[in-house]
Amino acid sequence: MSMEPNGTQNVLIVGVGGQGVILASDILGVVCMNRGYQVKKSEVHGMAKRGGVVYSHVRYGAQVLSPTIEPGTSDVLLAFEPAEALRWSKYVKPGGTIIVNSRKRIPPAACQDRRMDAPTRYPQGIEQALRGQVADVRQFDAEGLAVEIGDHRMCNTVLLGALSSVCEFEVQDWLGAISASVKPKTVERNQKAFLAGRNAQFPAAHNPLPPETAAMCRSVTYLDAPAIDIHDSWCKGCEICVVVCPQACLKMNERNRAEVVKAEACIRCMLCEWMCPDLAVRVQ
Amino acid sequence: MATAISSPAQVLLSGNEAIARGALENGIRVATGYPGTPSTEILESLARYDSEHYVSWSTNEKVALDVGVGAAVAGSRALVTMKHVGLNVAADTLMSVAYTGVRAALVIVVADDPGVHSSQNEQDTRMYARFAELPLLEPSDSQEAKDFFRLACEISERFDTAVLLRSTTRLSHSKGMVTLGTIHPSRPVGYEKNLNKFVLVPSNARVRHEKVLERSGLLREFAETTELNRWEKGSSEIGVITSGVCYQYVKEVLPEASVFKVGLMNPLPIHRLRNFAATVDRLLVVEELEPVIEEQLKASGIQAEGKEYFSRLGEFSSERVRAGFQQAGVLPMPKAPENAGVPVAAKENLFRPPALCPGCPHTVPYLVLKKLNALVAGDIGCYTLAVYEPLAAIDTTLAMGCSIGMAVGLQKGGDGSRPVVATIGDSTFFHSGIPPLIDALYNNVKITVVILDNQTTAMTGGQEHAGTGKSLRGEKARTVDIATVCKALGAGFVEVVDPYDVSAVFRTLKAAIQYDGVSVVITNRPCVVSPATIRTTPYAVTAKECNACQMCMNLGCPAIIWTEEMHEGQHKVTIDPVACMGCAVCGLLCQTNAIIPLAADPARRTV
Repeated sequence: MSMEPNGTQNVLIVGVGGQGVILASDILGVVCMNRGYQVKKSEVHGMAKRGGVVYSHVRYGAQVLSPTIEPGTSDVLLAFEPAEALRWSKYVKPGGTIIVNSRKRIPPAACQDRRMDAPTRYPQGIEQALRGQVADVRQFDAEGLAVEIGDHRMCNTVLLGALSSVCEFEVQDWLGAISASVKPKTVERNQKAFLAGRNAQFPAAHNPLPPETAAMCRSVTYLDAPAIDIHDSWCKGCEICVVVCPQACLKMNERNRAEVVKAEACIRCMLCEWMCPDLAVRVQ
Repeated sequence: MATAISSPAQVLLSGNEAIARGALENGIRVATGYPGTPSTEILESLARYDSEHYVSWSTNEKVALDVGVGAAVAGSRALVTMKHVGLNVAADTLMSVAYTGVRAALVIVVADDPGVHSSQNEQDTRMYARFAELPLLEPSDSQEAKDFFRLACEISERFDTAVLLRSTTRLSHSKGMVTLGTIHPSRPVGYEKNLNKFVLVPSNARVRHEKVLERSGLLREFAETTELNRWEKGSSEIGVITSGVCYQYVKEVLPEASVFKVGLMNPLPIHRLRNFAATVDRLLVVEELEPVIEEQLKASGIQAEGKEYFSRLGEFSSERVRAGFQQAGVLPMPKAPENAGVPVAAKENLFRPPALCPGCPHTVPYLVLKKLNALVAGDIGCYTLAVYEPLAAIDTTLAMGCSIGMAVGLQKGGDGSRPVVATIGDSTFFHSGIPPLIDALYNNVKITVVILDNQTTAMTGGQEHAGTGKSLRGEKARTVDIATVCKALGAGFVEVVDPYDVSAVFRTLKAAIQYDGVSVVITNRPCVVSPATIRTTPYAVTAKECNACQMCMNLGCPAIIWTEEMHEGQHKVTIDPVACMGCAVCGLLCQTNAIIPLAADPARRTV
C-alpha cells in the first residue's frame, strides 16, 4: 500500500474472541514503532471477547491523532473470519485491500431456528460481496496453513504474513517483532507460519455458491406442528418424557401425569415416545 | 515515506498500563481496587513491576477506597482503581473523604464506559466530581495518562484533597507511545494525629464543609493557570472546548479550529474559557456523555453550543464528531457515497453475541433452572451471558450483588407460581452478596441462592479474590470458603454440587426449590479458561446415531454447531474438536448415545 506524505496508515484487524486478533495487532504495532512511526491502536476487551466480535484498530504515521479508524478510510482490512470481513467491510477505503481467512466460525446463535428445514443463519456469498466493494480481495485458508505447520493457533501469524505482503516493512522487521512478542519456544514455528502466510497464493474469484450451499438456500416449507398424544391411563407419572424433551413441550400436571403444554415447539425428535417405559406417548 | 520522529526510548502502552507506570514513577506505596472493565489492567500491570509497594485486590470498591484513604492518612501515597459503577459502591466513603482531605496523595482512578461496551450503564464520573467537590483530571492519550498522574499527586498534596483521574474505555484500551520517566521511591510522611480533620462527628463535619468550599476556591484559582488546560490558537471562526479522548477526534476532524483542551475538568477555568469564547465567532463544546462543561459555561453566561449536535448517548469517534460538525454547519454535508455499486451494507450481518465458553461450568445450572421454570434473578459476571438464546434463563440483571436482594423482593412481591432463584458468582458473592444473604436468612424468605463458584473473577479476565487462595501478585493467601460462610450465617440447606453432573444438578436444585426457607446450592467446577486452560479429550458426534433432537444445542455451547445433514427436517450436529474442552455434558444429555469421546486414533482427529 502506498504511503501519502505525512498521511496516516490504517489497518483494521477483526475476528472472533480467542483467534489472536490482539496479539497480531500488537506485533504490527511493534513493527511500526521500530520503523520510527507514531503508533496508536485501539481494541475491545472484557465481555465481547467471550466468543463475540473482536477488533483492533492500528494507525501509524508521522503523527496519529484519533486512536480509531473512520469507516471508508482503512487501507487494509485483515479479517480472521469471513462473516467478520463482511461486517467490517464498510471500513475499507476505495482501492483498499481485504485479506480474509476462509474458515468460517459459525456461532451457536446461527443454529437456533428449529422450524422444519430452517437453514443455518450464516451470510451467503461473502466473497462476492467483498469483491463488489474493493478489487483486491485475498481470501485463503490461513487456518489450513497453520494446521499444516502443526498448530491451528498459529493462524493469526499466517494472516500477519499475508498482511506483510501488502505493507512496506521488510521481512526482518516482522520476524524480529514476532520473536520479541511470542513465547520463546514457539518463535520458530511462528516465523514459519508467518512466511507461509507471506508466500500464500490467493485463489481467484470463484462461484461463491457451492452446490451444497445453494441447496440450503432452497425455499423453506413448513409442515404442520406434530401432535403428541399421551395415553393418560397408562402414564404413571415417572416424568422421564418431561425431562428428556429438549424443547420443554411437556409438563407434569397437578395429578402428576405428563401433559402437552407447548405442542407447537415439538421438533419430532421422538425421544418422549422412545423413552416412555409405559408406551404412553405417541408422536404423530 | 514519512519521516521517523519517535525516539527509541518510547514504549507502546495502553492507557491503563500508562497509569500504572505513572503510579510507579510517582512513589505510590499502596494500590488497591476491584476488577472492572475497563479499569482492570491498571493494578495488574502495576503488580508486574518488581517493587516494594503494596498492590492488591480488595473485596469491593468501597473497601478499596477505605484502604486507600487509610494509607493516605498514614502518610503514604495511595492509588485506588475501579470502573465507573464501582464508584457508586465507594460513594459513601468518597463523599466523606472529600470533607476530611488526606495527608499524602490519594489518586482515585475511575474508568468510564461510554457506549456501554461491558457494563450495565454509561454514567459520567465527572458528575461525581462536581457532587463531591473533588478535582478531576482527564487525560487524552497514554502519554498524558502517565503525566497527569504526577500532577494528580501534586494537586492532592498541595490542596489536601483526594483527586479523581478519569479514563474511558477508549483511553484505557488504546495503546499509544509513552516516554518513560524516572521511578521515584515512595517517601512516606508519617501519621499525624488530627481529630478535627479525620473524625467526622457533626461538630467537625460542619467545620470541614467550610474547608471544602475554601479549597474549591483555591482550586478555581489554580485552574486558571495550570498547564493541565491548554489553549491552542487557530482560526477565529470556530472555537472548540473539549477534553479527554474527544480532543483527538476534534484535532483529526477540524485541524484549523481554535481549541481549548480541558485537562482539569473540575473545577473549570471559567475566566480563561470566557476569554477563549471572546476570541472566536462561534463556540462549540465536544464532550462525551453529559453536558458538564456546556452547562457550566451557560450558567456563567457564556454562549455555547454542544449537545444539539453531539449526543448525550454512547461513545464518540472521529466519524461521529465529524457528523456533529456537519450538522452544525461547520463542515459541509457529505456527498453521496462513491462506491454505491454493490449494497454490501444491506447484507444482513451475522448475529454473534458473546457466549459462555465451551465447557463453561455455568451452563448446566442455567439449563436446569430453565427446565424447572424458575424465576431467576441474575447478577454481574460471565453468567449474565445465559440471558441469550438458547439458555435464556435469566429474568433480571441489575448491578453487583443485586441478585439475592431482588430474589427476596421477587418472592415477596410475586404470585408464588414459579420458584424464585438468585444466581451469583463467587467474586460477586464476596463483593456484595453476603449482606443480602443475611437479609434473606434473617427474614426467612423461601428463595434458592445458587452460587456459581468458578474460583476466579472470570468476566474481567481471571482475577484472584478472597476465595482463590492467591493474591494479586500470585502469592499464597488465606482462602475464605463459601459453604462455610453460608453455614456460619445459619443457612439450613447448603449443598455443593458438580455442575458437570447434569442429574445431580437437577436433583439438588429440585430439592432446593422445595426447601421451606433459604436454600444455598454451590457449584464447584473451576473456570475452564482462567487461570489455566482445562482441556481433556474432545468429544465427537457419530452422525448416523444423531437423531437431531437438539438437546445438546440447548446448551448454547460454541463448540457444537449444525451440519448440513438433516434428519426429518432438523439439522444433525457436529462438534469442533479444536474448541471442545471435553466437559462431556453434551454426551450426558444425548439420548441416542451419538456423542462419544473422540478416539485417540490420530486418523479420527479431523482438525
